[in-house]
Amino acid sequence: MKSMFDLNKIDAQGGGVENTNKQAHQETVNVLEVRNLNFYYGKFQGLKDINLNIEQGKVTAFIGPSGCGKSTLLRTLNRMYDLYPGQRAEGEINFFGENILAPGQDLNLLRSRIGMVFQKPTPFPMSIYENIAFGVRLYENLSRSEMDERVEWALKKAALWNEAKDKLNQSGLSLSGGQQQRLCIARGVAVKPSVILLDEPTSALDPISTGKVEELVHELKHEYTIAIVTHNMQQAARVSDYTAYMYLGNLVEFGKTDELFIKPKRKETEDYITGRFG
Amino acid sequence: MSKPKFSNHNPDLFRRRKLANMIGLSLSISAMAVGMLILIWILAVLFYKGFSEIDLEIFTMNAPAPGSEGGGLLNAIVGSLLLVGSCTLISTPIGVMAGIYLTEYGDRSRVAGITRFITDIMLSAPSIVIGLFVYAIFVAQIKHFSGWAGTVALALIAVPVIVRTTENMLRLVPSTLREAAYALGAPKWKVSFNIILRAAQSGVMTGILLAIARVSGETAPLLFTALNNQFFSINMNAPMANLPVTIFQFAMSPYENWNGLAWGGALLITMAVLTLNILARVVFREKVQG
Repeated sequence: MKSMFDLNKIDAQGGGVENTNKQAHQETVNVLEVRNLNFYYGKFQGLKDINLNIEQGKVTAFIGPSGCGKSTLLRTLNRMYDLYPGQRAEGEINFFGENILAPGQDLNLLRSRIGMVFQKPTPFPMSIYENIAFGVRLYENLSRSEMDERVEWALKKAALWNEAKDKLNQSGLSLSGGQQQRLCIARGVAVKPSVILLDEPTSALDPISTGKVEELVHELKHEYTIAIVTHNMQQAARVSDYTAYMYLGNLVEFGKTDELFIKPKRKETEDYITGRFG
Repeated sequence: MSKPKFSNHNPDLFRRRKLANMIGLSLSISAMAVGMLILIWILAVLFYKGFSEIDLEIFTMNAPAPGSEGGGLLNAIVGSLLLVGSCTLISTPIGVMAGIYLTEYGDRSRVAGITRFITDIMLSAPSIVIGLFVYAIFVAQIKHFSGWAGTVALALIAVPVIVRTTENMLRLVPSTLREAAYALGAPKWKVSFNIILRAAQSGVMTGILLAIARVSGETAPLLFTALNNQFFSINMNAPMANLPVTIFQFAMSPYENWNGLAWGGALLITMAVLTLNILARVVFREKVQG
């Protein structure tokens, strides 16, 4: 069973939530290592020879103009592309040393460890409580009181508890757009993944909700590794530790956010972040 | 800077367009009026002839013997409820699951394509053909008419309706919701049943109600299968009374009280179908928006 995705091994190596905080201060651990990644939509090549590391307990941002492949890259990290025939990836993505692109990986287990929040809020058509309990129940057998605690914990993590605690039994759809998005983040956090992928999480939100989500990213990075795709360069500069600038399927520049925004090494990057291009 | 030119206005062109608009509008209004008129006419005649027949007796007494006075439709009403009820119990799970297969599992596969094609043929198949089919493979084998045979025939009509509406409703669920559920690590069957089906439940329920409405008026498939029964019976293995066939027989009969009961039965079925349709539209509409 070499190729099977081994949850225990990953937890032993520090993939569990409890370890992220502890380890981040000691040494640099790469949660995800992308090696020679090529991605194809049918015949069209969406990603060209991508190499980068995503460090544990840090926020990595992906920026670039529309269609540059940043969302595509994010969707290879939890193999979301697998839902669609005709999309395929070549190369390696090592998640704590395990190549998740290898055939035979248990994708459900993988996705329970690498969560994702999407551009548009996607609450499930059920109560706020059930929205969060749904994901937890998939992999954990909790008693009613433990589940209550978990739901409260997750809602507090997503800064939604005060607004939602009195209406846990109301439909998730009854919340406002910004609250729905925080519910989706709570839902992702509740299953305690190692990595949370955020795919333009604030592009459908108003500035106040955006601010709240950004604060959340700051809070969450102490315990989770976060990768965020954003169209908003100020946002990337505000929330991330590392930034990757992508263009036409290529990774143009990747480095510490401070360095990339203040002193980009490549001319293309400078043109983009200064607004001369894009 | 040259001024924009507004003086291109051509009064002839304008008048002609107004005229064309009026002709188009009146044509479509009259087409609508013809349709509505016929519908209202049918309903009016039905109420005029049938309303006086609806009394307590129609619900409490069985069909009268030829030549005898009075009587009701109790056996036919109970029979219809049993037939349509068991048809619903059988066809709902089959139809809904087939719909889930078509959107979530088969999608663009060959099997799904063939299933869709056959379902479409079944949707437009004359119901008498379905009656004959069940007669040949069911009734002719066990050598007597029965309620179950009628149920099967009705289910064959209801299943394609439910399959198609379920599929259409599930397709309306945005793919982002699907992805969100997969992103939590949910297995496919859980995504399909707990998320997608739930998101589309009001639409699916509407489809089921419309299928029930459709089969409750079917006469032809029951003629060869459940036949009819002059007496009260809840034995599904025996010929079973039902409203459509009773209406058919009573309306053709020489007895005046039978004719009257046929009108009453026709009104009952119409009202039941109307109620189901309105229910499907009103009750579930609110949930869609919620």
